[in-house]
Amino acid sequence: MVERRDLDLLHDPGAPLPSLPGHSSRGRLERVLRDGKFAVTAELNPPDSADPEEVYERALVLSEVCDAINATDASGANTHMSSVGISSLLTRAGYAVVMQISCRDRNRIAIQGDVLGAAAMGVANILCLTGDGVQAGDQPAAKPVFDLDSISLLETIRTMRDESRFLSGRKITRPPQVFLGAAANPFAPPYEYRALHMGKKISAGAQFIQTQYCFDLPLFERFMDRVRALGLHEKCFILAGVGPLASARAARWMRSNVPGIHIPDAVIGRLEGANNQKAEGKRLCIELIQQIREIKGVAGVHVMAYRQEELVSEIITQSGIMEARQARERTSAAPRLSRYRPSETNR
Amino acid sequence: MYALRQWSVRHARGLERLYAGLERVLVGLRPLFARIGYERLEPPVAAMERGAKGLLFDCRMCGQCILSDTGMSCPMNCPKSLRNGPCGGVRPNGHCEVKPEMRCVWVAAWEGAQRMNGGTTILDLQPPVDHRLWGRSSWLRVAREKGVPGRPPAHG
Repeated sequence: MVERRDLDLLHDPGAPLPSLPGHSSRGRLERVLRDGKFAVTAELNPPDSADPEEVYERALVLSEVCDAINATDASGANTHMSSVGISSLLTRAGYAVVMQISCRDRNRIAIQGDVLGAAAMGVANILCLTGDGVQAGDQPAAKPVFDLDSISLLETIRTMRDESRFLSGRKITRPPQVFLGAAANPFAPPYEYRALHMGKKISAGAQFIQTQYCFDLPLFERFMDRVRALGLHEKCFILAGVGPLASARAARWMRSNVPGIHIPDAVIGRLEGANNQKAEGKRLCIELIQQIREIKGVAGVHVMAYRQEELVSEIITQSGIMEARQARERTSAAPRLSRYRPSETNR
Repeated sequence: MYALRQWSVRHARGLERLYAGLERVLVGLRPLFARIGYERLEPPVAAMERGAKGLLFDCRMCGQCILSDTGMSCPMNCPKSLRNGPCGGVRPNGHCEVKPEMRCVWVAAWEGAQRMNGGTTILDLQPPVDHRLWGRSSWLRVAREKGVPGRPPAHG
């Protein structure tokens, strides 16, 4: 059971940090990255439930080791608690959140409204995604929207933030102060175009990048060579996607059922050959983090531990990132309060 | 037509030249078009455009053609109608995440763009689709708007 601390009534848990010159947001993730620290973000598996405790329990486990928690937006086109809902619960408890927005389910009218609402709730980071096709999820009969794409979404939010206006040109009285992110998948064709495509996302407003799962280090290194040759690592912060594979069977399932995931046969072979596949999956993830850390231009890792949140803390701790990062008090995603109780605070 | 569409990407360079010529002709016809009236011309020209571009590119008549920025591969054939580049779901064989039997429109676009002289415009940022323009002629739009100050650049 999660231990609860007392409520600090003097402190508004969702209050943003003081603004700093040159920063787009008042969130912790941007500070950590701009300080040159190796950042860690982690994905929260959204519950299929209306119980806020399920969100808080998962967040508490992750927050020990990460700078911001990603609230996914029906990833894999499966219905779960919404990213807006999760972000609302997390920000009111003082967690640092990366709210994901997918273009699959909402049009430009809905999305721009959500951006204002998110910023008002204290969301400091937004990740702009195209979204997996509806055929990948549990509701393949749904109507795919895709009114915007990830790049026009980035440009839209950047315009809202920097020019205080909607896509229509209509004025916004208080712009959303958000740090803008995008995804990159170096592991899908056309490989030679992927770094350029990331550059296009940066031109559209991306300030940080979270990549798809990295299991193929040589391919990632080639991608990063190209990124450095283009100077893109100096224009945005790149967080490499990592995660533990639960077993060879799970890896095979992911490879054939989750869009955009590339797992080399050698990785699956290594899991198959292990006595304890889950432990081997974890070990592999730690090794990858240690190797990725050495690549020039990588600013952090993004951990996606599908249904294995309890492992994230061990993985990050054992990878040695924490020791390298010393004095990180106040920069973690850990809530300044253990729990938000609306009746006791006066917001 | 899928096979012809692949042919068009393989011949992106020639089609680029053809398009540049067409654009000059359209702009040259501006006074004539203005005299007849663009709204009167819309139905027959849109029908012609649908026929020609439907055959060559599987054109969907979005009314805001960007073929010359996308390697002569029509982005509206992407099931996610992405106009700014591929999604992350492209299969290892270069096929589409949503329609596994179809080659990714953007894998083709990247190939086509490399064959073209102006292929670097694949990196231009494209605004969201204006859904009011569906079914309307891009050619007439080019004739009307190309080179006119205060108008965004239009393509054929």
